[in-house]
Amino acid sequence: MSIFVDRNTRLLVQGITGKEGQFHARQCIEYGTKVVAGVTPGKGGQKMDAVPVFNTVKEAVARTGANCSMVFVPPAFAADAIMEASDAGVDLIVAITEGIPVMDMVKVKNYLKGSPSRLIGPNCPGIITPGECKIGIMPGPIHKPGGPIGVVSRSGTLTYEVVHQLTLKGIGQTTCIGIGGDPVNGTHFIDCLAAFEKDADTRGIVMVGEIGGTAEESASEFIIAHVTKPVVGFIAGLTAPPGRRMGHAGAIISGSSGTAQGKIEAMKSAGIHICENLGTFGELCAQVFG
Amino acid sequence: MKIHEYQAKELFRKYGIPVPQGGVAFSAGDAEKKAQDLGQFPVVVKAQIHAGGRGKGGGVKLAQSIAEVKQLAGDIIGMNLVTHQTGPEGRMVRKVLVEQGLDIARELYLSIIPDRATAKVVIMASEAGGMDIEKVAAATPEKIIKVYIDPLMGIQPYHCRQAAFGLNMTPPVMKAFVPMLGKLYRLFMDYDCSLVEINPLVITAEETVIALDAKIDFDDNALYRHKDILEYRDLDEEDPLEVEASKFHLNYIKLDGNVGNMVNGAGLAMATMDIIKLAGAEPANFLDVGGGASAEMVENGFRIMLGDENVKGILINIFGGILRCDVLANGVVSAAKKTGIDVPVVVRMEGTNVKEGRRILAESGLNLITAADMKDAAEKVARFVKG
Repeated sequence: MSIFVDRNTRLLVQGITGKEGQFHARQCIEYGTKVVAGVTPGKGGQKMDAVPVFNTVKEAVARTGANCSMVFVPPAFAADAIMEASDAGVDLIVAITEGIPVMDMVKVKNYLKGSPSRLIGPNCPGIITPGECKIGIMPGPIHKPGGPIGVVSRSGTLTYEVVHQLTLKGIGQTTCIGIGGDPVNGTHFIDCLAAFEKDADTRGIVMVGEIGGTAEESASEFIIAHVTKPVVGFIAGLTAPPGRRMGHAGAIISGSSGTAQGKIEAMKSAGIHICENLGTFGELCAQVFG
Repeated sequence: MKIHEYQAKELFRKYGIPVPQGGVAFSAGDAEKKAQDLGQFPVVVKAQIHAGGRGKGGGVKLAQSIAEVKQLAGDIIGMNLVTHQTGPEGRMVRKVLVEQGLDIARELYLSIIPDRATAKVVIMASEAGGMDIEKVAAATPEKIIKVYIDPLMGIQPYHCRQAAFGLNMTPPVMKAFVPMLGKLYRLFMDYDCSLVEINPLVITAEETVIALDAKIDFDDNALYRHKDILEYRDLDEEDPLEVEASKFHLNYIKLDGNVGNMVNGAGLAMATMDIIKLAGAEPANFLDVGGGASAEMVENGFRIMLGDENVKGILINIFGGILRCDVLANGVVSAAKKTGIDVPVVVRMEGTNVKEGRRILAESGLNLITAADMKDAAEKVARFVKG
């Protein structure tokens, strides 16, 4: 079992003929993901390797039965691409694109209300159910199929670090999700926590946060009320100065809100096992989940 | 991106949002002329830097004569202004805003920001104007009015009335405030702002509404569609190394420590800074070379880190995903050969093409220290800088 994606997921790639889109579409195919279509307006009728390219998402869905989209469209056009996918009835939209204007995402978020589509990202590494389906830019080989741990994170390479340490300890993963580093994103910690709680094969959860916003605090409240499985957490940015955007648009301490300390306290009070030293993440997980 | 108060007021004028009369001056003589143009007293002389708390730091003064304007402007221009936002090192003042003084009846607070949790635009207003709004929010949250706006629907008159009644405005004041708030919202949306703030928003004795202060921050991701705003960028307000880094699309933030570090990915970069601190040393910077970094970017990152004279050791932490370890290794080797590194460099690599990367480093003939994992890397570099 897994959450959101599995071996039956039929993926289409928006921006498949671009450099990044093409490279990562191939990587996903190589991993075993069913990539059934690509979309690049104006390039309909072409092929990317064996993958048919369509002009619109609607057409791609109608012709191939795609139910998931991976968005590699440049930032200026990404909001439009996400809304197009939702309009075409795609169940899951995974937006990798980094640098989408915040107000564009604010509009997308309001547009998606009442739509059945789920958005993961933007500015995220994607989602992977190891051994079954990889949608995104994460290196496949660091993952270990079969569970029992679900991973949810706001970061990219930091997620790889954490997953790698799990794998080195022999701890596999059910599904790993990067929800992205932007201030306004589609899927939140809470959505993933709820799904992992329900997933029978997931027996423990790893939650990786960072400074900025209040997502970790809200997640902690949710965990107190709804999560029975053990959670190991990490927060990046204890040494980050206030008022500075630390790479991710969402990673900024504004005034007294969004500090690492505040998040760690909230998570501890929710019974989350906090890893203080990232170098020992795997060991802590082995203890807690072992 | 941040801009100066006088630039924000230029934008306010363009949108018909009332601001005091006045203009920017780059010298005492300049300020004198601006005061003459105003032809009335008192006149306010305000230091223009990208930081708040200017009044408390001595950067905002009231003048009653032309001579006093000239003298105060002379004092403020060239001063090193220290406020709670500049840090102890302060900021050099290069220009002042010379403005008419107002007959103030009330001081209010007004701002517009995107709300991340609800994905709405939120108007925040308070009768506790002129104060540190963070403190007001912490001590007396009930004094802050929040009006949420769905960006797909846009601002409606009732949103403005909600704010106005919450601020206990009289009918004539409300009549001026409601359209002003509509204009402010339009400015916020038109320019992809991440913050528009007026603190204080002043109600004068004549019951007019005027933005005594103006602060606008812009969403960096949206600057590509606001070329006119890019002209407002003031490189004097930015750290020279950060300016240099931005030319190469590197995310670099200078900090106070002595361990330079270069990482791919913002989250891992922050975690690397944290682990350096845990090992007993202090990070000298945040440097995220990004997921798709080229050898050239790595090289420039190196050069910029070494441009900070406090740096006594360097930690490179790369988890190769898109950025392959061999690309990184080539960048490191080439940078090391060009710049002649005289501090210890600890390298920790993992992920895509890691074997090839390690081979390149090992065969480079350079004195690079390899680390097994993050903990090992941080401890090694901390030992070096502590001697």
